[in-house]
Amino acid sequence: MRAILGIALRSAWNRRGTLSLVLLSVALSTFLLLGVERLRSDVRENFSQSVSGTDLIVGARTGPMQLLLYAVFRVGGATNNVRMDSLEAIAKNRAVAWMVPLSLGDSHRGFAVLATTPAYFQHFRHGDKQPLALAQGRPFAADLSGVFEVVLGAEVAERLGYRLGDKLTLSHGASGMPGAEHGDKPFSVVGILQRTGTPVDRTLHISLQGMEAIHLDWAAGVPLPGQRTSAEQALRADLQPQQVTAALLGLKSRAAVFAVQRAVADFEAEPLMAVLPGVALDELWDVVGAGERALLAMSAMVAVVSLAGLVAVVLAGLNERRRELAVLRAVGAAPRHVLLMLAAEGAMVTLAGVLLGVAAVAGAVLALAPWLQSTYGITLTLSPPTPAQWGLLAAVLAAGFLASLVPGWRAYRLSLADGLSPRS
Amino acid sequence: MIDVQALRYRWRGAARDCLAIDALQLEAGRTLFLHGPSGGGKSTLLGLLAGVLLPTAGTVSLLGTSWAELSGARRDAFRADHVGYIFQQFNLLPYLSVLDNVLLPCRFSALRRQRAAAAAGSPREAAAALLRRVGLSEALWTRPAARLSVGQQQRVAAARALIGQPELVIADEPTSALDSALRDSFMGLLLQQCLDAGSSLVFVSHDERLAALFDHSVSLPEINHAEPEAVA
Repeated sequence: MRAILGIALRSAWNRRGTLSLVLLSVALSTFLLLGVERLRSDVRENFSQSVSGTDLIVGARTGPMQLLLYAVFRVGGATNNVRMDSLEAIAKNRAVAWMVPLSLGDSHRGFAVLATTPAYFQHFRHGDKQPLALAQGRPFAADLSGVFEVVLGAEVAERLGYRLGDKLTLSHGASGMPGAEHGDKPFSVVGILQRTGTPVDRTLHISLQGMEAIHLDWAAGVPLPGQRTSAEQALRADLQPQQVTAALLGLKSRAAVFAVQRAVADFEAEPLMAVLPGVALDELWDVVGAGERALLAMSAMVAVVSLAGLVAVVLAGLNERRRELAVLRAVGAAPRHVLLMLAAEGAMVTLAGVLLGVAAVAGAVLALAPWLQSTYGITLTLSPPTPAQWGLLAAVLAAGFLASLVPGWRAYRLSLADGLSPRS
Repeated sequence: MIDVQALRYRWRGAARDCLAIDALQLEAGRTLFLHGPSGGGKSTLLGLLAGVLLPTAGTVSLLGTSWAELSGARRDAFRADHVGYIFQQFNLLPYLSVLDNVLLPCRFSALRRQRAAAAAGSPREAAAALLRRVGLSEALWTRPAARLSVGQQQRVAAARALIGQPELVIADEPTSALDSALRDSFMGLLLQQCLDAGSSLVFVSHDERLAALFDHSVSLPEINHAEPEAVA
């Protein structure tokens, strides 16, 4: 047994040129399978970590997924705003513990700007109900002194190199078009949040009053001609917001969640909706799931093709190895040893390919993680394989071993038929 | 030692027998020269003697055991224990070193491993001793077998066939790829080593000049009653 495995190893090494190509294709398919699965699970993990402790998200009536996507992930935009007095009425519901209004729409060099109240820093939770924590500084002040103050997410501060006390200006809209700068009203950095691995890292937080102040002399998305309100004048204006984009609700008891959701849906003054973040996420996975499955299926196909290549290469080489098989028979190897040798060869190539693929995934995670984090806010972590990933690896290995039985069986038949005198 | 009785062999799908031999015997420690034209069934007979092929009718026995009585796995084990085989050429696994090639039978047969160890202390020592006796310089032992000349390869093959003192050594035209000087020295050392190991030798060749070196000489066409037919 061990004798034949040693020989199989040496024999395979002797044909390493051809076999390494097969090994590469197995490695590639492992890389694809594992990479897709890892990305899938990490993206899900990231998304589900992004919001916790929030019982309901309230917004203008739209799809539950849209509401979740723009309120939590800063993806897409709201079609309608919510009147502030409606939210205040909802907050008076006895079941509601806290309400944090959110106002979105502006950006700073590609990062989203979120206007909210200081209560946001107190109530917002991510991951396993972890609160936000400041790495440096403090939240923006609740009174007028906090109007032009900004708190940066960790990624924003790191990528743009901001420190406490720095001044920055915001752009109107998400695109950062030239000429749409709120250049006359700079904000100063008063706080920098600790990294959370959620969209919060890529967000600049200002007060609702700040958001009002920079839009005093704007209407319908453009600066009003001939009208200029200086920062000092703005502070004297009425900065109470009339409308916001959405709000996060926390309840005193989770049991009331459906009653409050119903109350929001039945709100008479304007059409509103409330979604449960978990339910909306599940809906999102239902949509994304089809794509994920298609990707995984494609990767599985690639794996099948690469294993078919393995079988083809080993089979094609078999005829030239009939002499080798006869020599083995002559020194006492049985046909079953020959079968074992060929199967072991395929299994070794598959195993080496899988290991190389795993290493490639690890390398890709290390290489791509910073870019993915900054571009998409997806945190890839170098972690041991999940059960699903182990399953995929085991499936590739098992399929590789089973596929190797094909040339193994052929060699078995050949060595039975040839005996000691191969006929070619 | 070798006992062939009423042997008939017919290749699968063939219309006529390829071999029909009434009787053939060889005593332990003796040498037999078997000659005949190409395509005369020599390799087939060797396959039958080594238990790789089974007779269509009759019996082929080695050391009193009929090959046909053994299961497939037992036949392979029995062959590994008791038979050394030398091919015409391409005897060696090109990717193994010379020493590892000689040691191959010890990998598959515990009996030959024990005998080799008993003879020289360890299988490796036995292989080294055999390689010295067939005149292969020590510098070549760790080389891949593919780098050796044909003459050197045949000598390594002889060493391999003899390691662990198998009762029977079968050589299938081992000298046909060698020039006459190499052939004579190879013959000398093969016969001497078989004598030293106490192994019987069945040697096949179409070169009848070698017959005088053996205890017995048999012409295959004379003992084979099967009508000549082209063998695939």
